Amino acid sequence: MKTDTIAAIATAVSNGGISIIRISGDEAFSIIDKIYKSKKGKKLSDCSSHTVHYGYIADGDTVIDEVMVLLMRSPHTYTKEDVVEIDCHGGIVVTKKILETVLKYGARLADPGEFTKRAFLNGRIDLSQAEAVSDIINAKSEYALKNSLNQLRGNVLDKIKDIRQSIIDDIAFIEAALDDPEHITLDDFSNELAKHIEVNVIELDKLLKSSDNGRLLKEGIKTVILGKPNAGKSSLLNVLVGTDRAIVTDIAGTTRDTLEETIQIGGICLNVIDTAGIRNTEDIVEKIGVEKAMKSAEDADLIIYVMDASTNLDGNDHLIIDFIKNRKAIILLNKTDLNMVIDPKEMETLTGKDIIQISAKENMGIDKLEKWITDMYFQGKIDLNNEIYITNIRHKEAIMESKNSLLMVNQSIEDGMPEDFFSIDMMNAYKVLGEILGEAVDEDLVNTIFCKFCMGK
Amino acid sequence: MSYTYESYDVVVVGAGHAGCEAALACARLSLNTLIVTISTDSIALMPCNPNIGGTSKGHLVREIDALGGEMGKNIDKTFIQSKMLNGSKGPAVHSLRAQADKEDYSRSMRKILENTPNLTLKQAEVVEILTENNKVSGIKTFSGGIYPCKAVILCTGTYLKARCVYGEVSNYTGPNGLQSANHLTESLKALGIEMYRFKTGTPARIDKRSIDFSKMEEQFGDEEIVPFSFTTNPEEIRKEQVSCWLTYTNEKTHEIIRNNIHRSPLYSGNIKGTGPRYCPSIEDKVVKFADKDRHQVFIEPEGNYTNEMYVGGMSSSLPEDVQYEMYRSVSGLENVKIVRNAYAIEYDCINPMQLKPTLEFMKIEGLFSGGQFNGSSGYEEAAAQGLIAGINVSMKLLGKEQIVLDRSEAYIGVLIDDLVTKETHEPYRMMTSRAEYRLILRQDNADIRLTKIGYKVGLIDEERYQKVVQKETSINKEIERLNNTPIGANKEVQDLLMKHESTLLKTGTTLAELIRRPELSYEILAPIDKSRPELPKDVIEQVNINIKYDGYIQRQLRQVEQYKKLENKKIPEDLDYYEVPSLRIEAKQKLDKIKPISVGQASRISGVSPADISVLLVYLEHLRRSKV
Repeated sequence: MKTDTIAAIATAVSNGGISIIRISGDEAFSIIDKIYKSKKGKKLSDCSSHTVHYGYIADGDTVIDEVMVLLMRSPHTYTKEDVVEIDCHGGIVVTKKILETVLKYGARLADPGEFTKRAFLNGRIDLSQAEAVSDIINAKSEYALKNSLNQLRGNVLDKIKDIRQSIIDDIAFIEAALDDPEHITLDDFSNELAKHIEVNVIELDKLLKSSDNGRLLKEGIKTVILGKPNAGKSSLLNVLVGTDRAIVTDIAGTTRDTLEETIQIGGICLNVIDTAGIRNTEDIVEKIGVEKAMKSAEDADLIIYVMDASTNLDGNDHLIIDFIKNRKAIILLNKTDLNMVIDPKEMETLTGKDIIQISAKENMGIDKLEKWITDMYFQGKIDLNNEIYITNIRHKEAIMESKNSLLMVNQSIEDGMPEDFFSIDMMNAYKVLGEILGEAVDEDLVNTIFCKFCMGK
Repeated sequence: MSYTYESYDVVVVGAGHAGCEAALACARLSLNTLIVTISTDSIALMPCNPNIGGTSKGHLVREIDALGGEMGKNIDKTFIQSKMLNGSKGPAVHSLRAQADKEDYSRSMRKILENTPNLTLKQAEVVEILTENNKVSGIKTFSGGIYPCKAVILCTGTYLKARCVYGEVSNYTGPNGLQSANHLTESLKALGIEMYRFKTGTPARIDKRSIDFSKMEEQFGDEEIVPFSFTTNPEEIRKEQVSCWLTYTNEKTHEIIRNNIHRSPLYSGNIKGTGPRYCPSIEDKVVKFADKDRHQVFIEPEGNYTNEMYVGGMSSSLPEDVQYEMYRSVSGLENVKIVRNAYAIEYDCINPMQLKPTLEFMKIEGLFSGGQFNGSSGYEEAAAQGLIAGINVSMKLLGKEQIVLDRSEAYIGVLIDDLVTKETHEPYRMMTSRAEYRLILRQDNADIRLTKIGYKVGLIDEERYQKVVQKETSINKEIERLNNTPIGANKEVQDLLMKHESTLLKTGTTLAELIRRPELSYEILAPIDKSRPELPKDVIEQVNINIKYDGYIQRQLRQVEQYKKLENKKIPEDLDYYEVPSLRIEAKQKLDKIKPISVGQASRISGVSPADISVLLVYLEHLRRSKV
């Protein structure tokens, strides 16, 4: 059993209210001692159980937030282990920062459902609930896994894949040579490897920096714009973004791929995805675009359905109306500056969704859309995805570990260690990056060796 | 007609490298053992490469020896060249390899078998495994002889429905034209055993007199010979070594192959078995690595009493006429005469996921198996499994605990765990990269790792065991002394450091710290180590390695500790995975098929996720508490 100390954010991550960071395990108290500061300089590990303490969380000299800390000693806690809870002011940035600090000082980010699992394994939760516990673990893991990949920006994903490939190629070379020393020589390879590592460490550093700017992930409400070809989806995106990002023409079917932009509306972050028009088509390229559009709309937090109010409904509209039926969506009647043939009232009855009339071309009605989105958000009717922030921290941890492993390889090279020592840490660097992608290592190495090197008798 | 003859405790089917170890282990552990082979002239036959050991395989031989197996001793008696590979790399990948005199190797093993008490040797083809209520009850031979027994170990190697192919020619024979075993497969299928069909290949053997060695590079053996067996005295096996020779293929060779590739049964579809990627045929190399303008070819002697030479690196299944043309295009082989053609061989083997890690079939009690029959390749992999199967049959029949070596204990553990846990679609070969804890699974410490297990099962005698215990004690004592011996920055010390281009001391340190420096070693520091005791060479080696790589070794030990936690969580054999709530269907199916013995093993099954493991842990805890 894992008995190390784990930590996670116990509340929903949002920009309001209070957030709680929970730590559980043998080192919970020693960790809080390292990061908790009070005016009188008291040491929390000396304080009695089930007490609350006012103070600050700081990383060295940098104060992060004013907090209340709850101390709960084993065994009278949820997990039956030592538990510390940090109540902070909430806010995504601060909450994340505190969790990261806790992790930095020795905790490990909890696996999905791990607190509950521990509670059960330590006998805190009744036997009858075993099944429920399993369900929680399962559901959360699946969600986390799905999110891990979904949230990565395409270029970040590619970058991680590239680094990973470069690492496994080098390991494969070393291992091939160790396995077949009479065919493959490692002479002078250390120098080359050191160069590769330098490049990869720089790239990983860049990823770490971008994660601090919040650019590692597609943060925000995942908003997908759907509609028939030439309904004005790209024009809407352009208006929202304020640039000619998407190509806008009068030729139906111009946006054949999905485009993405992150925009701010009333302080809310939206990750807007423009898609190819939905229609039955024989054009292969366009067909792919349509499939992609539906796919990206499947797990959207919000769908904006753009309709051309100047043309009649057809089968394609019904396809979309059917699709959005049980999803969070709003309908925009576009081109209201032209001759309207669709009646907003009828549409509302037909779809059961809110309708807003706009003209993307004339920049009319956009303010109403913005207001609708902010209203819905503050009423809690659309949510941004909690898991994003956790995913972000998990990714950061993995990138950091990967980098540290590569630095250890560097150290081994400098120390003049034999080459077989390099692959141990390189394998770890490879493995942890794989966790971001949800990929296990399995037979990767052996496969790469055989694929790249001509081995054997 | 059938006749019932005398009964045995155990019958071993096949007398190759797996069968020999299996039978010897059983007989030595006092079981009444019958070993059946298709030809008593082919005991411990080496039908392919004429060597034992090599990278990671050398580790296996060392481990076999430490557990009380025979392979190491036998090669020490019959080698004609010895080499430590990867000598310039770290100690974890040093690998011993010896060229064998094949006939000598085979004859010497036969002598051992024939003179081991409790062991009966018989030439026959086993055609049927007899069972009662899914439990082994005997075997039946082609001539109708029935031998009742309590357990069977299948070590049929490449003989089951074997077919040898080159070009348009194919023969239903085992290796070297030996008779194949054509009936047993049906009996196994009838028992519900899932069979695979694999293939492998071997190069031609050529006449030494037709080779121009002046065009080749001579490859010598090592001056200092390290024996495979921990019981062999290096002084006693010194001998005149025989050389191997290195030459290369060239563009012409590749052109000949490319022009005739359509006549290769591999490419024409005449062979359907799955071949190993790690010893590709020369036609595979030329096709897959088209950018390489030459490939190495090692010419290796088959033994002292023959002129036949093995053409390492050029296994093939091309037709005879193409083989002639191809080999003769290689520098030094212009006038070569082929004694035996190269060929590919197809054979039946099992999907090893049907086995428990003890190498017993899950479905049939008392039926064990080892070697190429289990989907592995290589003499050493075979011997290792044969030994474990032999030990476990014995433990089972003697009512003692069977052994399962784990991945942190031995390469043998990695080998068997991989075989029974991971899906293989080609003959499995050991590689150092498969051993995640290889820093502690060195060939130099196999005795310390495994002798105690060999002793516990009864294959290692008291004297040998005590020697290892003593060795371990002196190693630990010396390491402690070096860790606690201070060294001041005096002139003698600084002079020595300067001599070896090592940074001079600013403050005092310990001897151990100095040993850790890459440019220094235990031996180099002798002049400044005033209280050094007289120690045997093998102890010094261990001390040096353990101190020098301490940081890495400690890190690996911590990983092992984590690994052991899940490994020690045992899963009851009768667990019904379909009863485990919340486990995904894919995980249920995989777990049900493989029936892992521990949560650790379960976690290595592809398609079983970390979440599944958590769910499984919760369920096991649920079971445990329900029982209380």
